[in-house]
Amino acid sequence: MNNAMAISWKNYASVDSFDELITAGGRARPGAGKVVQYLRSLNDDELRERRDAAELAMRVMGITFTVYNEGDSGGIDRVWPFDIIPRIIPSREWEQIDAGLQQRVRALNMFIADLYDQQRIIKDGVFPKEVLKQSVNFRKQCVGVKPVMDIWAHICGSDLVRNSDGVMYVLEDNLRVPSGVSYMLENRLVMKRVFPELFEDYSILPVDGYSTRLFDTLASLSPRPADFPTIVVLTPGIYNSAYFEHSYLAQQMGVELVTGSDLMVDADDCVYMRTISGLGRVDVIYRRVDDMFLDPEEFNPESMLGVSGLMRAWRKGNVAIANAPGAGVADDKVVYAYVPQMIRYYLDQDPILPNVPTYLCMDEKQRKHVLANLDSMVVKPANESGGYGMMVGPAVSKRVHREFAELIRKNPRNYIAQPTLSLSTVPTLCDDDVEPRHVDLRPFILSGDSSHVTRGGLTRVALKKGSLVVNSSQGGGSKDTWIVETSGKS
Amino acid sequence: MLLSSVAERVYWFARYVERVENTARMILVNNNLLLDMPRNSTLGWAPIVLITGQAKLFYEHHEEASERNVLKFLVMDSRNTSCMLSSLASARENLRTSRAIFPRAVWETLNDLYAYTKENKAAVLTRRGRYAFLQHVIDSCHLISGKLSVSMSHDQIYEFLRMGRNIERADMTSRVIDVRADNLLPKLSEDIKPFDDIQWKSVLDSLAAYQMYRRYVHVRVRGAEVLRYLLQDSCFPRAIGHCLDQFEHCLQNLPVNELPLRALGAAQRMVQEADVKKLVGGNLNNYINDLQLLFIEINSQVTSVYFEGRDELPSAVSGMRDAGNMRLAASA
Repeated sequence: MNNAMAISWKNYASVDSFDELITAGGRARPGAGKVVQYLRSLNDDELRERRDAAELAMRVMGITFTVYNEGDSGGIDRVWPFDIIPRIIPSREWEQIDAGLQQRVRALNMFIADLYDQQRIIKDGVFPKEVLKQSVNFRKQCVGVKPVMDIWAHICGSDLVRNSDGVMYVLEDNLRVPSGVSYMLENRLVMKRVFPELFEDYSILPVDGYSTRLFDTLASLSPRPADFPTIVVLTPGIYNSAYFEHSYLAQQMGVELVTGSDLMVDADDCVYMRTISGLGRVDVIYRRVDDMFLDPEEFNPESMLGVSGLMRAWRKGNVAIANAPGAGVADDKVVYAYVPQMIRYYLDQDPILPNVPTYLCMDEKQRKHVLANLDSMVVKPANESGGYGMMVGPAVSKRVHREFAELIRKNPRNYIAQPTLSLSTVPTLCDDDVEPRHVDLRPFILSGDSSHVTRGGLTRVALKKGSLVVNSSQGGGSKDTWIVETSGKS
Repeated sequence: MLLSSVAERVYWFARYVERVENTARMILVNNNLLLDMPRNSTLGWAPIVLITGQAKLFYEHHEEASERNVLKFLVMDSRNTSCMLSSLASARENLRTSRAIFPRAVWETLNDLYAYTKENKAAVLTRRGRYAFLQHVIDSCHLISGKLSVSMSHDQIYEFLRMGRNIERADMTSRVIDVRADNLLPKLSEDIKPFDDIQWKSVLDSLAAYQMYRRYVHVRVRGAEVLRYLLQDSCFPRAIGHCLDQFEHCLQNLPVNELPLRALGAAQRMVQEADVKKLVGGNLNNYINDLQLLFIEINSQVTSVYFEGRDELPSAVSGMRDAGNMRLAASA
C-alpha cells in the first residue's frame, strides 16, 4: 500500500466562518502556504509522530493547568491540550493590531486614573454615572491614589476574535489578573522542538522577549528607583488554576514567587518578605491574587491569601502593585461598550480596532432588542470571566432563553448582549484528519515607562466540533501563534 | 534574599530525592545479595524494612516480610510516606512550589522520573524487570544532582540543597550500619565464615562504597574497618563524617548559624571520638541510636532558625523518619 496522505485538504472546508489558513476557494492564505504544503507532505505515521512528540514535550516540560473540583487523588495537574497546526497572521496585519491594542490600553489607563480622581469623563457626560455606581469592581479604597506614572493596568490581556467578515474585533479586555501568557511562551518552545524544519523556512517573530519586558515594566514601577528593585510574584498558591504560570513567570524573571504568608507589612508601612536572614524589603508586587483577597484589613477579612496592611503600604507609595488594586473597574462588559468613546474622549483619535457591537441591557431600548433576539445573541454577565454564566443563543433551547430573559429583567445592569459572531477557524488535527475549529486570540499588553504588545498572543481553540467556547476549563486547547513576515507572496 | 519557605522546600526536596536513590540502591543490593546466599538463608527482605525505619507500619499491614510485600511497601505503597513513589511525589510537590528557583531542566528530569516510576513500578516485582527499573531510578536521581550542580548557582539556596542531601545521607548510612552490622557483629570473633565476607561487602555496596573502600583501606573487608570507614572517613561522600563536614561548610556560608552549628558539632564530635573497636565489641546499637537523636536535633535547629520565621505552618512537604525505635519492630 502506498503511503496514505494523512491530510487531505480537498475535503477541508470551514462553513460560514473565516478560516485563518485556507481561503474559501481552498487556497492557502498569505503566509500559510509553506505550513499547508509541509503538512501535506507528512504521511500518517509522520504526522502521528509529530503529535506524540508535542504531547510528550508538554508532559516532560510539565506544562499544566490546575483543574478545580477534582477528586483528592492528587491528580490536579492536567496537560492543556495543544494542537500542532499553528495559527498564522501576516506581520503587516499584526502591526495594525499592535497599534490598536496600545491605543486601547492607553485610553483604558486614562479612564481608570480619571475614575479614581476627578471623574471628568462622567462630568462631561461621556460615561454614565449609573454604570460606575453599580460597578462591583470599583474600589472606594483607591480613590485619590496616584500610582507611579498614573498607570493602573500594567498587564492587560485583550481577547480578539475574527468574524466571518474577516474583521478582527476586540471581545473583551482583561485588566485584573489576565493569564495565559506562559502557554504562549511554552507553545513556541514545543513547536521549535517538534517542527524545527519549519522554523528554518519561515521568518516568525520571536515571542520570548516577554519575560524581560515584563521585568522591565515592573522594575519601572519601583518606589526606590535608585536601588535594584526587589520584585515578587504574589500567587494564591498551588491550587490556583494558573499556578503553573505564576511560577513560570517568576522563574523567567528571576524573582521570588511568594504567597501571602511570605510577606508582612511592618510598622514603617513598608512590605517585607521573610527570608532565612530576616526581613527583606519588597518594592514591586506582581499580584495574581484578586483585589478582594489582597488585604484582609480592607477587603475580605477572611482572606488567607493576602497581606495585612498591604493597601496602606501601597497608598503611601512604599510599594507598587501590578495591576493596581481597583484596575478591574474597566474590566467589566458594560464598561467595555464605552471603550470606543473613551478613545475619542481621552486621545481624540478614532479607534483602530473595533468593538463587537454590544447591547447594554440597562438601556431600555437596547434591552428590548436583546429580549426580542435572544435566539441569535450571546448574553454575558458583566463581571464574570472564564466563560461562566454566559448564554450562546443559537446553541441552547427556548427554555434557557426564557431563563436568561428572566435574569436580564431582574438585573439589567449585570448583562450585555452581542450578536453571535462566527469565530474564525484554524485547521486542527482531529483523529487522523484536519477539521476547522474555532479560535480566539489573547495578546498581552504591557504598560510601564514604555509599552509593549506580545508578538501574537495565545490562540485558544475550541476542540469540540462547532463549539465556540475556548476556555481551558471548558474543553478548550491552544495553538502556537505565528506572526510571519510576508515579502509580497507567501 | 532567600525566602524561608523556599529554603525549606529546597531542603526537603533534596532529602526526598536522596531517599529515593537510597531506597532504590538498597533494594538492588539486597536483591544481588540474596542471589548469592544459600537457598534457606534467613536473611530475606526484613532487614530492608528495618533500615527504612518503617517496620512498625509495615507489620501493621503485613504478616510476613516476603519479597513481594516488602518491595510493594518500599516502592509504591501510598500508606508509606517514605516509599519511592510517595517520596518522588513529595519531592515533586516541593519543586513544583519552588520551580521559580530551580533550573527548568531539573524539573523536566524529576517530572519524567515521577511519570516513569508511576508507569513502570510493577516491574520491580518481577525478577527480570527489577534491575533495569531501579537502575533507571538511581541514574535519574544522579542526573538531577548533576543538573543542579552544573546549572544552578552555588549560592545560599544551593547550600540548603546540600544540607538536605547530606543529612539524609548521614541518616541513611547510620541506618544501614545499625541493621546490617547488627546481624553480623556476633559472628566477628569466630572464624570468618564464607558468607560474612559477602555480607560485609553488601554493607558497603548498599552505600555504593565498596570500590572506594578497596582503594583507601588496604586491608581485607573486615567489620571494624568497614565501620571506621563508613563512620569517620572524610572523603567518601556517604561516610557520616564526610556528610557532617559538608553540612558544616554549608552552614558557614549562611547567616545566623550559631545554633545549628552547635548541634552539628555535637554529632561531629560523637563520630570522630567513636572507638570503633569497642563499638564492634557490643555497644553499636545504643551508639547509633544516640547519633540519630543528634541528627534529629540538627534538623530541628535548622528548621527553627531558617524555616520558621513565619506565621503559619510550614508549607513544605516534609517527612522525618522514626529514629531509635527500629528494633522495636524486629520482635514483631
